[in-house]
Amino acid sequence: MDFFKLFSRESGTSKNVAKERLKLVLVHDRTNCSPDFLEMIKGDIIKVISDYMEIDEGGLDIKITRTKREFDDSTIPALVANIPIKKMKDRVR
Amino acid sequence: MAQVIVITSGKGGVGKTTTTANLGTGLAQLGHKVVVVDADIGLRNLDVVMGLENRIVYDVVDVVEGVCRLKQALIKDKRYEGLFLLPAAQTRDKNAVTPEQMQSLTNDLKEMFDFVLIDCPAGIEQGFRNAIAGADKAIVVTTPEISAVRDADRIIGLLEAAELTDPVLIINRIRIEMVKKGDMMNIEDMIDILAIDLIGVVPDDEAIVISTNKGEPVVTDNNSLAGQAYRNITRRLTGEDVPFINMESDAGLMAKLKKIFSFGK
Repeated sequence: MDFFKLFSRESGTSKNVAKERLKLVLVHDRTNCSPDFLEMIKGDIIKVISDYMEIDEGGLDIKITRTKREFDDSTIPALVANIPIKKMKDRVR
Repeated sequence: MAQVIVITSGKGGVGKTTTTANLGTGLAQLGHKVVVVDADIGLRNLDVVMGLENRIVYDVVDVVEGVCRLKQALIKDKRYEGLFLLPAAQTRDKNAVTPEQMQSLTNDLKEMFDFVLIDCPAGIEQGFRNAIAGADKAIVVTTPEISAVRDADRIIGLLEAAELTDPVLIINRIRIEMVKKGDMMNIEDMIDILAIDLIGVVPDDEAIVISTNKGEPVVTDNNSLAGQAYRNITRRLTGEDVPFINMESDAGLMAKLKKIFSFGK
């Protein structure tokens, strides 16, 4: 028995590498969009939101994933953006 | 009411033909009237996997072109009374048949059989469209490799676009010892990614190679694991609720260790 394997992080196994690579490639297969396209969306989102709040651009994470549609449970692509807010801007202009 | 089931995968070499031969034979073992149709025109192989290659006179293209009657092209299996093969043409290509012709062909076969299994060619072009044209249900075969799962995902999308909703999944050639080591995607990983229902898992088994060499589907071999897996899938196809072979033993060393400790208490 490989004793050290017990304590090694599971994420390092080759199957997890495969899974992550597969998930990434399927995002693009399913939605037909490229990483460049995502970068464009990201840029535009930053532009819009920056009017209202100060955000941490480095921590911004945007990805296309899948979610279950509420009324029939079918799987659909979803755009998920995680945007850390530094502080709100004064909205009275 | 007869069922028309297409066995498809997108990627080649994952075991569509072997699966078709085994499910067809398995259903015939249970006493059903079954026809297996080779839709891989130009690259036929279902005949050799079934061990019926020496009996072919007419093929599916002859039938749709009216060269012969449907019954003349059907080849009776060696072992099972209710099992027949409709072979593909070898010297033609996928364009020799249209989806409409396939649809009317499967309608005719439905009148004569309980199950019509269609062995789909690899790819997403004309051959695929022909194979799915008359199907009511689809089985997607994949193996635990990135390329096969990716293609399966694409096929699932195309099936749904063609209104063949709720396809079911067969995971073929899984190697438990590699799954245990974390070097092969496990069943859960693949179901999670593809988001369709599982109908069976077939282990990688040398018995498949041997049985294919002989032209005798492995489902007839009572001593092989793969044969057992195919028999289970066959029963699930007929609506029976057959539990999956417990793969929990591959839950990893931690689970095993826990088991040992809890046993010691």
